[in-house]
Amino acid sequence: MEKKKTVNLDMKQYGMVLALIAVFLIFAAMTKGANMSPANMNNLIMQNGYVVILAVGMLLCVLTGNIDLGVGSMVALTGAAVGIIIVDYKLPIFVAIIVALIIGLLSGMFVGFFVSKLAIPPFIVTLATMLMGRGLTYTLLKAQTKGPLPGEFTFIGAGFLPTIKVPFGDGTIDMVSIIVALVASILIILNEIKNKKLKQKYGFAVNPAWQEVIKLVVILVIVWFFFSKLAQYNGIPFVLVIMGVLVGIYHFITSKTVAGRQIYALGGNAKAAKLSGINTERVFFWVYTNMGILCAVAGIVLSARNASSTPKAGDGFEMDAIASCYIGGAATAGGIGTIIGAVVGAFIMGVLNNGMSLYGWSTDIQKIVKGAVLLGAVTVDLVSKRKKG
Amino acid sequence: MSDIILEMKHITKEFSGVKALDDVNFEVKRGEIHALCGENGAGKSTLMNVLSGVYPFGAYSGDIEYHGEACQFHKIKDSEAKGIVIIHQELALSPHLSIAENVFLGNEQLAMKGVIDWTKTRKHAKEVLAKVGLENENVNVPVSTLGVGKQQLIEIAKAMAKKVELLILDEPTAALNDEESKKLLNIMLDLKNHGITCIIISHKLNEISYVADSITVIRDGKTIETLEKGTDDISEDRIIKGMVGRELKNRYPHREECPVGETLLEVKDWNVYHPDDADRKMIKNVSFNVKAGEVVGFAGLMGAGRTELAMSLFGKTYGQKISGTVKIKGKEVQINTVQDAINNKLAYVSEDRKTYGLVLIDSIRQNMTMAALRNFFSKNGVVNSNDEILSAEEYKNKINIKSNSIEQTVGSLSGGNQQKVVLAKWMLTQPDILILDEPTRGIDVGAKYEIYCVINDLAKAGKAVIVISSELPEIIGTCDRVYVINEGQIAGELGKEELTQEGIMRCIMAHNGKDD
Repeated sequence: MEKKKTVNLDMKQYGMVLALIAVFLIFAAMTKGANMSPANMNNLIMQNGYVVILAVGMLLCVLTGNIDLGVGSMVALTGAAVGIIIVDYKLPIFVAIIVALIIGLLSGMFVGFFVSKLAIPPFIVTLATMLMGRGLTYTLLKAQTKGPLPGEFTFIGAGFLPTIKVPFGDGTIDMVSIIVALVASILIILNEIKNKKLKQKYGFAVNPAWQEVIKLVVILVIVWFFFSKLAQYNGIPFVLVIMGVLVGIYHFITSKTVAGRQIYALGGNAKAAKLSGINTERVFFWVYTNMGILCAVAGIVLSARNASSTPKAGDGFEMDAIASCYIGGAATAGGIGTIIGAVVGAFIMGVLNNGMSLYGWSTDIQKIVKGAVLLGAVTVDLVSKRKKG
Repeated sequence: MSDIILEMKHITKEFSGVKALDDVNFEVKRGEIHALCGENGAGKSTLMNVLSGVYPFGAYSGDIEYHGEACQFHKIKDSEAKGIVIIHQELALSPHLSIAENVFLGNEQLAMKGVIDWTKTRKHAKEVLAKVGLENENVNVPVSTLGVGKQQLIEIAKAMAKKVELLILDEPTAALNDEESKKLLNIMLDLKNHGITCIIISHKLNEISYVADSITVIRDGKTIETLEKGTDDISEDRIIKGMVGRELKNRYPHREECPVGETLLEVKDWNVYHPDDADRKMIKNVSFNVKAGEVVGFAGLMGAGRTELAMSLFGKTYGQKISGTVKIKGKEVQINTVQDAINNKLAYVSEDRKTYGLVLIDSIRQNMTMAALRNFFSKNGVVNSNDEILSAEEYKNKINIKSNSIEQTVGSLSGGNQQKVVLAKWMLTQPDILILDEPTRGIDVGAKYEIYCVINDLAKAGKAVIVISSELPEIIGTCDRVYVINEGQIAGELGKEELTQEGIMRCIMAHNGKDD
């Protein structure tokens, strides 16, 4: 059989990235460029850091064909633990962080135990942890806000990496950000070349060169636009580092490891996965345990950014995280979805929130728009698939 | 008594080019019990589905005359309105609803439009149940609390509630024990006395001899003959001859003589209980062995316990309270999980590739390496994608999987190619012993031939291969030695010389007789 040597870029794969750019540009026009300002670009990262962290963990749950509703409450609970340890017990910050992570781990194992060993539907288990976690948070904090948290701690949520500022135009520009952008660009280009060579080596169809170039240019423009804005502000926020590391790790796990492949297989067909030697109980257990740990990370970041622990923290975060996964192309039935997709989904929600706030729409209107976007994105995805099939 | 209630003429039904029914003629007299016999896949169920409107008018060609008038059934409701009710192999009861509710399911006793009259429902349920010998049941308990035998009777009661004239029973006794079967058969005779005509599909020929007035034999989608009680010989041997009497064409590749080596798998006194019913023994004292370079068949009827036996061996994926010993290469091993089985070089290719074999939304490559990923395609938990791609390509070419690339999703492949992917998946785990459960079910003749070639190659490479198949010609065409399995027991072992379809059937029937 004659093999096709080139194949057009699957635009659906990049549809969500294009949607993100489109949404961003629409709000840029509506707010006369206010959402493009260096300070606002920085805000976008700071405001959405924890949603991205949660979306990464949630994607694994979604891949198994389930969700975790307890995420928002666990963020609040771990945040509360941090506040109490630092403010009431005056213990060192690292103790607070470790305790928060352990609470996240245990709460995740708690969910994992019920889901895997007792085969209770995750929807029910996490609905329960959502209620219990929130109630526990109110009890621990006595319904009061605990703060303020010290500067060394708030660095996690509101701090920046060291900067080397040099005068540029009206203000200054941070050379560290520029160097990071440069390194990122080189890595992206090298990776593309490597992928293409690999495909050619195995005789796979490759995309036409002009399409590859356009794709690469778009990615590089986004990277440089983004980092140049950060450079004009305070440099690279520490939250971005946490996000970047987590996204990198989980992208690697889902795409390159046996564990990742097992999650996809389980979500695609649990019975076949089981008969292929995959311990489906164990996969469920670790997916939910992992979610618990990431809730703790998000809880730490959120309380650091707010410089306090509040009982209402994280309210509705589970919905943002779940919506991010679905907007990012994950299938409700499980087995389909990517980390990068979930991150892009989170940013679409973030850019929408941020843009609407800048434009002066109330949070009530924002909810209507977000709901419509979620429904629209998933409808378009499913209907287009049905036509194909 | 001899007027014709149903006449099906020149019925032909194709499934994507394959003729499941080919010019079938079928006549049923009023008030008789008419048995329909044939091997698995002969077309019995298809014929009944045509009759009951599961396949609507237009999906087949030919005529159906009922009470002398031509009928066109577009859906099941149409045939039910005429008094034709089919009871399928899988019971159509809603387990958590009460007996009374189930009896009138889809046929509710109404006080007014949309509102159920419960008093009427219970009263009428009792009346109907009395007709099937269940007058002492509490009609308010959920159906799930009853045994399978009684559930089967509830199905019949449900049909009675619909004013049935022609009752079709598809393998009604497959899941019943002898006592329950006997009871059911007697109820059929009783129904006959009340003027209800029955068509029964069954593999248990002793039961057919017991109840049937006439027997129609179907083979390869064609009616072969109709035997009448009283005028024709309706002994089991006679029926078997009609069922299997086809000539074997060259549908199987030549098996080269390959030397039979050491015993790779030896199972002794294997006992397994039903996963949901701790008192129901599914596999009883089964012992067998398979040697290197040998293809061993597990023959038997559907529901004989072959799949259950295989799955209970394969990491205890079926059943509970499993006991017995398994020796691989002479060494006793414990296989408690699928991973244990893979580590012990045992592979099992499921009969249901879509449910248990494949992740349809994933690519050929991902499916092929799913079982072998941990042992052969990864280091420290990281997938070696180069090796993965090379192996997937190698097997795609080796067993001739027709696809654009190894990245194509398996859901878009034909059944034969999907089956090859499942085979490749297990070959990649580098097994010594392969159990292939219905390896050619639902795939075309060409793909079947290719799969038989793969089986031969595996044996030639010194593997031990077990083939489970309901198609007797397939067992005979591919195997060196056959264990006949019936009702969870080994009913007999046949060597290459004794391997004939009649021999296998006789072995099953003789074993059935023993239990009576």
